[in-house]
Amino acid sequence: MNNLQPAAGRRLTQLASALLANGYLAGFVNRTIYQGKVKQLCVPFLNCYSCPGAVAACPVGSLQSLLASPTPRLSFYVLGLITLAGAAAGRLVCGWLCPFGLIQELLAKLGLKKYSLPRPLTWLKYPTLILTVTLPVVWIGQNGLGAPYFCQYLCPAGTLEAGLLLGLGRPELRALLGSLFTWKLTILAIFLVAMVFLYRPFCQTACPLGALYGLFNPVSLWRLEVAAGRCNYCCACRKSCPLDIPVYRRPNSPDCIRCLACTRACPNGALTFSAAGRAGALPYSGCTGTLP
Amino acid sequence: MNRKISVILMLAGLVMLAAGFARGEADQVLAKAIRICLECIGIG
Repeated sequence: MNNLQPAAGRRLTQLASALLANGYLAGFVNRTIYQGKVKQLCVPFLNCYSCPGAVAACPVGSLQSLLASPTPRLSFYVLGLITLAGAAAGRLVCGWLCPFGLIQELLAKLGLKKYSLPRPLTWLKYPTLILTVTLPVVWIGQNGLGAPYFCQYLCPAGTLEAGLLLGLGRPELRALLGSLFTWKLTILAIFLVAMVFLYRPFCQTACPLGALYGLFNPVSLWRLEVAAGRCNYCCACRKSCPLDIPVYRRPNSPDCIRCLACTRACPNGALTFSAAGRAGALPYSGCTGTLP
Repeated sequence: MNRKISVILMLAGLVMLAAGFARGEADQVLAKAIRICLECIGIG
């Protein structure tokens, strides 16, 4: 399996982001959630706002909640935030800021053999994105309202960060747990096991936010660039990529979380991550060069 | 060309963000976020 060791700077950034986004420590102690005004701000990554530590809102939860409200509304506020972050740096948010991505990477370090996902499975995140945005409007419940169905039926981050801590931790909520909670625990368990054998399985297959950010990768201001004159097709970039992306050929693949391991691995300095307008890929699909 | 697209998208994002604020969406987000999300927990 390819390189799973992140640069120290990226790991520190991930840890800082996770702590900042979930810094309400009293919530963990008292099993409550933060209710201050700061929570009107959305973070640009998946972070359940019912996590006891969360000090800001989750964009996916917020987007769905507004769509499922009595007066359904496509949130410009949330979509604007996602568009701004995505157009600036694509999935850099996934690779450097997302706490659930960090959890997945830490579990991947358990040292067991890692496998690659069949490519069609990585496409599942796109129907997930479409359903995340459409279902709250078209699937109306008996109360005449939609619901945040992604949070309700799929999101393992919510189960881990909120469900286990609050659902099991508060007696009045524990008494209400039923088949839906069992379903969500099953989904979480499947992903947790998968995280040991696959690199970021949730990001690769099911995250609607990652799917959306990925669409920005080819057009983001900061992006990976290949200097054609320097690449000798040694494939050091692909070998270093935890997602097995042939970076020299598809430097801005929608699957790339921009961990930037490839830029450090390239022996010729052919890969750069910068805000320039010269992005390109090499018209070649094989690796013929040799590593120095 | 690519750089222009990026900048236009970022500006569009900023405009949407501002428009969302202007029509009170941040308050709506707050109203949702300060209540325990039963769906997230698996009760809803």
